[in-house]
Order: sequence, then structure tokens, then C-alpha cells
Amino acid sequence: MASPRIIVVGGGLAGLSAVIKIAEAGGSVDLFSIVPVKRSHSVCAQGGINAAKNLKGEGDTTWQHFDDTIYGGDFLANQTPVKAMCENAPAIIDLLDRMGVPFNRTPEGLLDFRRFGGTLYHRTAFAGATTGQQLLYALDEQVRRFESEGKVKKYEGWEFLSAVIDSKGTARGITAMDLRSMEVRAFPAEAVILATGGIGAIFGKSTNSVVCTGSAQSAVFQQGAYYANGEFIQVHPTAIPGEDKLRLMSESARGEGGRVWVPKTPGDKRDAKQIPESERWYFLEEWYPKYGNLVPRDVATRAIHKVVYEHHLGIDGQPMVYLDLTHIDRETLNRKLEGILEIYEKFVGDDPREVPMKIFPGMHYTMGGLWVDFNQMTNIPGLFAVGECEYQYHGANRLGANSLMSCIHGGFTTGPIALKYAKSVEAVEGDGGAATEVTRQKEINKALITNEGNENPFKLWRELGETTTKHATVIRYNSGLQEADKKILELIDRYKKVNLSDKSQWANTSFAFARQLKNMLELSRVVVQGAFLRDESRGAHYKPDFPERNDEKFLKTTKASFTGEVEGPNFEFEAVDTQYIPPRPRRYDIAK
Amino acid sequence: MANKTVTLEIKRQASPDAPAVWEKFELEWRPGMNVISAMMEIAANPVTTDGQTTTPIAYDSNCLEEICGSCAMLINGKARMACSALVDNLEQPIKIEPLSKFPLVRDLQVDRSVLFENLKAVKAWVPIDGTYDLGSGRRMFPQEQELRYPLSNCISCTCCMEVCPQFNEATGFVGAATIAQVKLFNSHPTGKVLAEERLRALAGDGGIQECGFAQNCVEVCPKQIPLTNAISDISRDVLLQKAKDLIRG
Repeated sequence: MASPRIIVVGGGLAGLSAVIKIAEAGGSVDLFSIVPVKRSHSVCAQGGINAAKNLKGEGDTTWQHFDDTIYGGDFLANQTPVKAMCENAPAIIDLLDRMGVPFNRTPEGLLDFRRFGGTLYHRTAFAGATTGQQLLYALDEQVRRFESEGKVKKYEGWEFLSAVIDSKGTARGITAMDLRSMEVRAFPAEAVILATGGIGAIFGKSTNSVVCTGSAQSAVFQQGAYYANGEFIQVHPTAIPGEDKLRLMSESARGEGGRVWVPKTPGDKRDAKQIPESERWYFLEEWYPKYGNLVPRDVATRAIHKVVYEHHLGIDGQPMVYLDLTHIDRETLNRKLEGILEIYEKFVGDDPREVPMKIFPGMHYTMGGLWVDFNQMTNIPGLFAVGECEYQYHGANRLGANSLMSCIHGGFTTGPIALKYAKSVEAVEGDGGAATEVTRQKEINKALITNEGNENPFKLWRELGETTTKHATVIRYNSGLQEADKKILELIDRYKKVNLSDKSQWANTSFAFARQLKNMLELSRVVVQGAFLRDESRGAHYKPDFPERNDEKFLKTTKASFTGEVEGPNFEFEAVDTQYIPPRPRRYDIAK
Repeated sequence: MANKTVTLEIKRQASPDAPAVWEKFELEWRPGMNVISAMMEIAANPVTTDGQTTTPIAYDSNCLEEICGSCAMLINGKARMACSALVDNLEQPIKIEPLSKFPLVRDLQVDRSVLFENLKAVKAWVPIDGTYDLGSGRRMFPQEQELRYPLSNCISCTCCMEVCPQFNEATGFVGAATIAQVKLFNSHPTGKVLAEERLRALAGDGGIQECGFAQNCVEVCPKQIPLTNAISDISRDVLLQKAKDLIRG
């Protein structure tokens, strides 16, 4: 049999890692990406990548990394794949080093490691403040090498629409749309790997890139794939609110003495510097006198949320609080924080050495995702998922600098497994359902482009983001989640009246967006309803009405499946693999 | 009192063959606005100042943090990233046009794939033996890392090519970004095994001799990459390579 064809959708770290392993083993890959792969969202990761290399004489081990990851994830992650990731991590760092990633070095020329949240060890390798960018480029370069050897064919500027699934329920390829000609085509393959990232756009504004809509995951979810732990969404306490997106402000600003406060008077119109000390509320310092501004991420996030939404004390009535460094002298700030202060200056236009920064928690990472087995395969045979779009490495909360490792390890694991599967899968009968699927997609397109009505997709999207951010991020109440689900249902109904102002058939970006929006709406119900059902607090999921973790009832993976009914998805719960580390309480006020 | 507004003039072109037209938009000013958020606003309400309903602007964007390299365009005549173009720092009306040196797709979208093809031509990669575990890489002193890291920050935005007087169809010049990548890979202990091939790829027509040393590239680079230094160094290496090849016959 000829070398099997494998489709990889998504060209971030996870997708490229899978491509490299398949091409190296002699397989042929078709690589699909909305953007040129070098522009994928992985470039945004700044801090670093974890591996227990133990180069600092601390006695770090892969077991410690494993334990930190499971503990940080509040015991919701299946332990077998996490253990494998942590054991594989040191060799992956070596490989990346050999590929030319300009990691920071010690004076002796060895890899340097820094400390990150959730661990006591120096375990994070880094390349300046742009680790994700550097790693993505290294993999992109290796893929370009395979591309020039004819082993990889790139389809950049193509958007995944759906899986092609045959009458026996096996994935036989994909349908995709050329974002210039708007042509819809089927592409056959013996195996399909989705590596399509996070779902930030469901929350309107997030720290994610524009392409992180979750549209691909939602499409296969609607075709029968399980979606797991959708309710687990990581919110970073200090993002810089922007008109177009949220940008991260590093925790080191607080580490160096930054103080978080709001004016005591609601809607105080004065400039921050004009507000005297006695009229400022340093709420973190008041509520947590021991840790002050350096409480853990989730605690800081919840406190800021509460001040804005329950005390109504956001700056100028907006969802923002001050992160103030102006009491620290310029020289110290420049020495310790210059890089991150420049980011603020560039995108906000204010000098944070002179004016307090305005920050707010921002949706940052998707812990949940497509359900996969330990071979990274979804419940649809032949359809694999890897990277942020699947669920299995971070449990209820992701540890800083573990995402890059989970993407690369996941890709390296999935590539060979998918190739092996592709070599042994029964030959396809006929076209495997490709023509039918193309027809279905073309009908969706036709209906959308000829639709009459008065709804604008960008406005619907804003409303979606407002409701999900308000009710399904930091603090969750069942009443609010019900309200959000009702709102989403309303938006799904109004979506039927979407009228595109652009009905052309060339590079129609709003048309592509409107298609994504439908998938966002369907997937947001998985998040909202999953959060509603989980009456406990675990990791990033926090319900004031159920403030404790409840292992008896909820040490379970949430699995959602699509029904097409107005009630929304069907939910079931699956036992978690805890065979190596028995669950114990998670607390960061003492050393674990 | 009337609300403060922002005026944008955007060059539109429905397809590569369609005529170019300018459309004017007046938006309500909001604090922290940048060119991308202005265009998002237009997408939600695509109406020109004359009250004509139009289509959302087609443009490339992704990270909006000036690290993916997608949203390069001409803003008030300057090649730059739209995500970091704050409206408050721009003279109005803000004139927005697509990059002029690349094939137009639609509105502000252009096809910049030539850069990725150039990177293939100069083999911009480290030719590793394989991805299996072969132990750690070579030691590298911080000083070497500090030399390589800035070059590795190139986001492929192509601003350096847009502003280069020599980057045009007549010369076929590869442009500064590609040359800087040659320096990056030729300075890597394993990457330099392909150094001669890379230098030869830059020796012919469209290669490094096309550079007219206008120095526009280094001025416009949003990542402050030392592009002109890279061009000087690689020019020298290409000459040496040519001489070597001549002697070897």
C-alpha cells in the first residue's frame, strides 16, 4: 500500500510536532491552517517550558514535575498521560536545543532555568520573553525542511469545516474552505489530527489570538465527538484590557511590589494620581494581610472580580482595577521590569512608571477540550486531537509553562500513533462520504450567504462574549449560568436572522467569521452547562455556593455530547485515573 | 458637546482586478483604540461617513500583540503593524492602505508568501539528524545566545521588504529578513554545516549584491533587528565564498 496520507489541522506547536514525527517516519502530511503556520497562536507564549532537567542541584525529578502538575490541576487530570509527558519533557528540551532554539544560558553554556508558579524548583527553560515564538519557529523550520523535500503539503489560508465520516462512523478526511476563493473541498486521509488550539473567542475578548474560536472542535463535537471538561477555563488575574483584545501583564509586576487598588467612591472621575491614599481601597492587602498582592492567581482573580461586579467599584464604572507601580523609583522599575513595562507602554500609550496600570482578569487558557483516549484519539475512529484543543494534560487548572510542553509532547505522541493507525485501517469504501459532506457544507454556506434578516454577526458575538465572561469565568453561580444559557439560546435563535453585509465570494472574512460564530455558540453551551452541573469548586472552577472540592461526587471527567435538542448537550461523567498519586487537599498557603 | 470622533480613510479593493476606491469612516473615539479595534468597530457597523452601507474591511490579523507578524499595512504612509498603531498617536484622518510590494488579495490583505519561499531557498533550518533522543545540544555561551536571539525575533511581517527601494520585480531581491535568517543559521554550531549553500543562494541575481544600503529596513523593523549589521556580515561572507568557489574552480 502507498504511504498513508494524514491530515493535520492547525500549525501551532502541537500540529507541527505531529507533522514532524509523521514526515520523519516516512508518512505524507497535508497541513491545514487558517493563517500561515508561522503566525499561529503558540507565538504568544512568553514565560517558558517546563522540564525537570535538574540543572540547578535542587534534586528535581520528573516525578516532582508530575506531582506538581497533578496537584496544580486539582487531581482532575488522568495521571497516565501526564506522567508520560513529564518523563518525556527533558528529552524534548534537548531536542529543541538541538533544533536551534535560542534558550537562555548559564555562564558555563548550559541551559538556564527559572522558577514559575506552582512549583518550588527551577524547572522552566526560556528564550528571553518570547519562548513560544522561538519554539514555534524551530518547529516551523523543520517542517519547512520536510516541505521542501515534498513530504509535507501546506494548505495555508484554508479553514477546516468538518470531518468526513463514513457510514461506519470512521473519519476518512475533512472538508475545508479556501478563505480566498471560498471554495469548499473534501480532502481524503487515512487519519485526521486536529490541533486547533483554545476557544478564547467564545468569551469575546481574551488573551487568545483571533483564530482561537474553537470552531473546529465544535464542528466535530456536533458530528459526534465527545467534549470533555469544557467548564475548566483559566483566567489570568492581570491582563491589560484593550479595545481589540486582552494582553497579559506578567505576575512579576506584583512580585516587584505592585499594589492593586480601586477608588473607594464608585465612578470616581479623578485621575488616579489625584486620589489621595485615604480614598483608595487596597482590597487584596485588606482581605489577605499575610500575602497581600501576592496571593495565588485564582485568589487574586476572584477578588478583583468581586470588587468590580459585587462592590461596583471598577475604575470609572468599567471592569478594571489599578495595578500601581508608581511608588517604586524609575531606576528600579527599569532594571527589573523594563520588558513588560514596554509592552504596556506600546499598547496602552501610558507610562506605567508615571501612571498606575489598568488591569482586569482575562480568559487565558482552555483546560477542557475534545475527549481523547490515551492514544490521543477521539471517540470517532481515525480522528485524533492534540494540544490545547484536547483535554488531558492539565486537569482543572494548568500550571504555568506546562502548555508548551503538553503541545509538543502531545504532537510527538500523536504523530506516530496516527501513522500506525493509518497503515492498518481498513480501506475506504467509495469516497467515504466525502461528496455528501461537501454538499452539506455548501448548503450551510448557501443558506448563510442568501439569508435575509437584520442581525450582524459581530454584534451577536459581542453579546455572547459579555454573557460568557460575566457568568462563566471567574465566579460562577447557578442562577447566572442558567441566565447565560438562556442568552446563548436567544443568540442561536437570532443567528438564524444573520444578514451579511458582504455577500461576495472572494476573501469574505465576515462570512468565514459568521460560520465560526455558529460553532462558538454551540460550544459555549458545553462550557456553561458543564459549569452548571459541577456543584463544587475545583481548580479554576469556583462556585461560592459550593466552595469545597467534592471528590465523592465530582472527581470525574465531564463528557458532553451533542444532541441537537433545544435543551443542549447530553452530559455524562467518567472516572479519573488516579492510580499513581492519591488525591489530597490542594492549598498554597503552606508548602505541600 | 459632540462626542470625540476618529476619522479613517481606507483604501479598498474588492479583488486583485477590481478598481481601488477610498472609503471614509467616522467612529466614536474610545480610550485605547488602535487601528485593529477601529476596523472591528467598522465590521460591527459597516457604514461610511456618507451613510453608505459597505462591507467589513478584509485584513489579516491574529495575535494582536505584535508577535505573529500578520497585520502589517501602510498607516499614514508608514509600513507598520496595525495592532500596535494607537489611534491617539496618529494624525487624522488616518490613511490606511495595503502593503504595496506584494500581490493584493483584497482590501488590506496581501500575499506575502514570497518570504516563506525565500526561507526555503536559503535552507533556514538546523539540519538535525532526527527527533529521537540524542542527548543535549552543544554548549553555547550566553554571549552567543545574545547574538542569535535578536535575529530569531523576526516575525516575518515583511515591513523591511516593503520599504526597501531594491525590493521589486526588476531586481528580485530577497530582502533583509531572509539575509538576517542566513546569519542566524550560519551562526549555529550545527546550522552552519549548510553555511556554504546558504551563501551561494545569496550570491546570484536577487541575492545580497542587490542591496543598495538605503537602511530603510532597519529603521522600520518593529522588532529592532540589527538588519544592516546582518547584511554587512553576510555580504562579506558571500564575497569570501565566491572567492573560494572561484579558486576551487
